[in-house]
Amino acid sequence: MIPEIGHFALILALCVAVVQGSLPIYGAAVGSSALMSVAKPAARGQFILVLLAFCCLGYAFAAKDFSVLYVAATSNSHLPLHYRLAAIWGAHEGSLLLWTFILTIWMVAVTLFSSHLPEAMRARILGVMGLVSVGFLLFMLTVSNPFERLIPAAVDGRDLNPLLQDPGMVMHPPMLYMGYVGFSVAFAFAIAALLGGNLDAAWARWSRPWTTAAWCFLTVGIALGSGWAYYELGWGGWWFWDPVENASFMPWLAGTALIHSLAVTDKRGGFKVWTVLLAILAFSLSLIGTFLVRSGVLTSVHAFATDPKRGLFILVFLAIVIGGSLVLYAWRAPRVGLGGGFDMVSREAMLLGNNVLLLAALGAVLLGTLYPLFLDALGLGKISVGPPYFDTVFVPLMTPAIFLMGIGPLAQWKKASLPELAMRLRWAFGASVVTAVLLPFVLGKWTPLLSLGLLLSLWIVTTTMVNVRERVSHLVGNSFISCLAALPRAYWGMVIAHCGIAVFIVGVTMVKGFEVEQDLRMNVGETATIGGYTFRFDGAQEIKGPNYLAARGTFNVTKGGREVTMMYPEKRLYSVQKQMMTEAAIDSGLLRDLYVSLGEPLENGAWSVRLYHKPFIDWIWGGCLIMALGGVLAMSDRRYRLAGRREESPTQAQPQPLGPEVS
Amino acid sequence: MTPRQKRFVLIGLGLVALALAAVLVLNAFQSNLVFFFTPTQVANGEVPQGRSFRIGGMVEQGSLTREGDGLTVHFIVTDMAKRVPVTFKGILPDLFKEGKGAVAQGQLGADGTFLASEVLAKHDENYMPPEVADALAKAKAAGAQSSSTLVVKPQ
Repeated sequence: MIPEIGHFALILALCVAVVQGSLPIYGAAVGSSALMSVAKPAARGQFILVLLAFCCLGYAFAAKDFSVLYVAATSNSHLPLHYRLAAIWGAHEGSLLLWTFILTIWMVAVTLFSSHLPEAMRARILGVMGLVSVGFLLFMLTVSNPFERLIPAAVDGRDLNPLLQDPGMVMHPPMLYMGYVGFSVAFAFAIAALLGGNLDAAWARWSRPWTTAAWCFLTVGIALGSGWAYYELGWGGWWFWDPVENASFMPWLAGTALIHSLAVTDKRGGFKVWTVLLAILAFSLSLIGTFLVRSGVLTSVHAFATDPKRGLFILVFLAIVIGGSLVLYAWRAPRVGLGGGFDMVSREAMLLGNNVLLLAALGAVLLGTLYPLFLDALGLGKISVGPPYFDTVFVPLMTPAIFLMGIGPLAQWKKASLPELAMRLRWAFGASVVTAVLLPFVLGKWTPLLSLGLLLSLWIVTTTMVNVRERVSHLVGNSFISCLAALPRAYWGMVIAHCGIAVFIVGVTMVKGFEVEQDLRMNVGETATIGGYTFRFDGAQEIKGPNYLAARGTFNVTKGGREVTMMYPEKRLYSVQKQMMTEAAIDSGLLRDLYVSLGEPLENGAWSVRLYHKPFIDWIWGGCLIMALGGVLAMSDRRYRLAGRREESPTQAQPQPLGPEVS
Repeated sequence: MTPRQKRFVLIGLGLVALALAAVLVLNAFQSNLVFFFTPTQVANGEVPQGRSFRIGGMVEQGSLTREGDGLTVHFIVTDMAKRVPVTFKGILPDLFKEGKGAVAQGQLGADGTFLASEVLAKHDENYMPPEVADALAKAKAAGAQSSSTLVVKPQ
């Protein structure tokens, strides 16, 4: 009965979504306030309905209702409750429900925080989001229904893929989807602006916090996924350039470009058309990412479904959304206007450079991800594009981008002077170069990439310091601290996010440069030393988990004779799917991770063992979290909250006299 | 410079940057493509020498042997028509099993042994990498062997 209620709620939600997607947009076009006012209650009603459906599916999992096909396929009576609930998004149908649910959450957020928007704008935004929702609900109801019954009911479920039975499963997909779907708000803003034909600085200011919010979620979501792969897959890598990873990385690149382009539209009224295109692109890539990963086109742990009907629906849906918005763009964009001009050396030009580089990187990832799929679809052979390709392409593209990242925030809008910039940055540059060249020698090894990585992160940090100092010296205040506090939060957000990139680069550089990996055979009592740490293998015992059997190894780790820690890696055999799983043991630290995983049992209690010493690896995820933190700070700036109340009617872009301030 | 000239210079610079990026990308792309071959193709000598490629098929039952160091393994990958011996040093993935599909990346040695630098088998129990299913289907279609015991179940 409960699953039928959920199913019914989805059907009702579809009806509401159709209303929400049509009446308000029509109302905005003809100027009917009554029709436009439908948007808000419709969005909230749809949220309640989808929430109800979501809860019904959750209940079916909690109550182990194996007469629901989806529940039987992705859970098992021995699966602990929290994983049964996480199994809601453990496969295709449920992930779509999660996607739609999150879309309605964003809708409600828009209804709550849009009181300052003109009514037509709000109606159009909610209308566009309603239309997106129509697509997803239709998809679920026609070919991918999570509430489909299995009659007769299964005695027990097939269990969740053991790879997914992990705390990461509880957090990673919802975070990632909050990011993906969050771009639908930026997308809806862009489409609304195209429909309304008024795209100005106020528009950019309204959509900035939404875009930044989505970007923060996506950043955290990707970082969580990367961290999860690191400890769960037992290979010790943190990024494999796997197509599914790329699928989440491409919207991130587009979103990052969008954030920076929005800054120009907001402050200078420039890049308008470009910003709109980026908003469309970011959301389109989110859609492609969702479907690419979940549709089974890509073979990986993320992909579950392979049903040609679904593939067709997906293609049609993508064609409508992307094609439709591009047609609208081509039709309406000329009305939007180009915005103010700027000099070749100016902050605008540098942000444009940043955008071009980010998009070039995006193009490179897209090529490496989709080309094998096309070739395969055309029957021209099977190929794969390995990580070396992405590494070779990324470093040269990101190096100039990061160089610009140091200069950009210091350059003036409209027209800057290169000699003057060089004067201001000469100490930062000198200090970065000298330290970057010398530091690797201190650390014991010099390679060009090591120096380059350190140079880039030092460059970010030193230029940021110069920037903060200059900003403070312009302020008249009592103390240095009160001056710092007087700087706007949006500015601090940028500073912190950029420093997050620096931290991230340090992590990547140090791991690539100094990590030690060793596969070896260890007898009981034998020791091995890597990176100054001595690992003693004390044998493996059998233990029993709720739905698995495991061999658990015991490792005693010492450094210079002093005990550091004990580590317990496991090799699990999950009973339902008869699948082996490696649970690595990781000892995390600020400056290094120790990583032990069990390979295979050999004779006399010996095991093949994998030992890693990974310096600074936690900085990679730390950097991502710092970036997201910067985003949160930027979002909370008062100008976004005050802006609306100050100007009810949108005004034209007004050059801000304040000078350096971006993102 | 007039604004018009400025715009041209900007667009020109942008195009140059894009062209550079494109050259870079395509170059890296060309040299990092990894092609996939079936054991039959390997046996027919269709594979590149001195370049890394992938092979895929079933790991033959009873073919897995381990050297004394506990790390170097030998096994045979077959598409039920031809067999290719593979050597790999390292820890095999969890899902690597005799009688299951696997994909290996590496180079072909002079003696016809495939020296794998990486072995991939990272999906679930019943999953068959599409490349493998394809290789098996191709070999079967070629009529090389009328195997009736093999059930190819791409999920």
